Amino acid sequence: MPPVAPRSGDAIFANVERVNAELFTLTYGAIVRQLLTDLEEVEEVNEQLDQMGYNIGIRLIDEFLAKSNVSRCNDFRETTDVIAKVGFKMFLGVTASVTNWDADGTCCSIVLEDNPLVDFVELPDNCQGLYYCNILSGVIRGALDMVSMKTEVTWLRDVLRGDDVFELQVKLLKHVPEEYPYKDDE
Amino acid sequence: MVREVSESCIDSLLTEMVACYCNRFYANKPELAARRIEAIGYQVGHQLSERYTMDRPRFTDHLEAIKFICKDFWSELFKKQIDNLKTNHRGTFVLQDNKFRWLARMSIDPSTENVSPVEDITSPTAESKAAQAMSMHLYFPCGIIRGALSNLGIPCAVSADISNLPACVYLSLSHNLEKTF
Repeated sequence: MPPVAPRSGDAIFANVERVNAELFTLTYGAIVRQLLTDLEEVEEVNEQLDQMGYNIGIRLIDEFLAKSNVSRCNDFRETTDVIAKVGFKMFLGVTASVTNWDADGTCCSIVLEDNPLVDFVELPDNCQGLYYCNILSGVIRGALDMVSMKTEVTWLRDVLRGDDVFELQVKLLKHVPEEYPYKDDE
Repeated sequence: MVREVSESCIDSLLTEMVACYCNRFYANKPELAARRIEAIGYQVGHQLSERYTMDRPRFTDHLEAIKFICKDFWSELFKKQIDNLKTNHRGTFVLQDNKFRWLARMSIDPSTENVSPVEDITSPTAESKAAQAMSMHLYFPCGIIRGALSNLGIPCAVSADISNLPACVYLSLSHNLEKTF
């Protein structure tokens, strides 16, 4: 069977079931607000959003691979490129770009100029330290975990903190070799 | 052109919200978890009802507002209208959705639960665990409806019945008839 060409993010987005983004935006906002009420420290909210995102990411990667026709990515650079061009478009309907590669090809930035999570959002002064979109860093880390790449994802720029774009730094910590559940020699 | 996201985004977010409150924050206090999930839904419903009624004239009575929930509001959220609306004409309404979108992919089969080896796989405990997990997911839409109606001037209480899952969800809402526009 000849390999099928990878599908573009736009093509996938046009074919998946979609919902009004306002439901998603307002639900996320209400969750963040409830977490701020329930947890004592803003840093705990950041951690919880990251954990929620991780749990979502480890499941979204399955849908992504099932629908995108992406075959094995050969390296970290190719993987992040696919996430930015296909993954963000497929799920959020927005385009992300990859920049600021280091010499080793193990660290880069994913830049979002448009982000449906923050429509209608303003942060009050007592929420300094909150990474409102921290769920996204967890999603990326979780998804990459499932394709054997241990990463560290941190925010470099945040529109809600006065920057002009959202910028996530993704650093590859370790590429875990794939382990088979059986032994060939038995 | 209205902005959209993949349905997986909202599905994942709801699943993880429920897991977060039921399994991490209030693992042994389902009542507290339920209250938090409902509060989140209330806030969402309150805001959504403003968005969806921006271009509409004021509702003239309770029934008209509730019909709006059954038709336009439900269609925005679930891509279909409520299948059946009943009332006792004393302030209680039952809204029936024969294929509730947010539970359509859930199973109540006890064999899929993590029952302990010593527990009978068909025991009421296993089934009630599944039903409880399912019902936790319904506090969010109940909160949405209560928030939406409160914002339309109808304070009410909303509960859900899941006896025929996943085919059918009944939302029952009651309000004080003395409230007038």
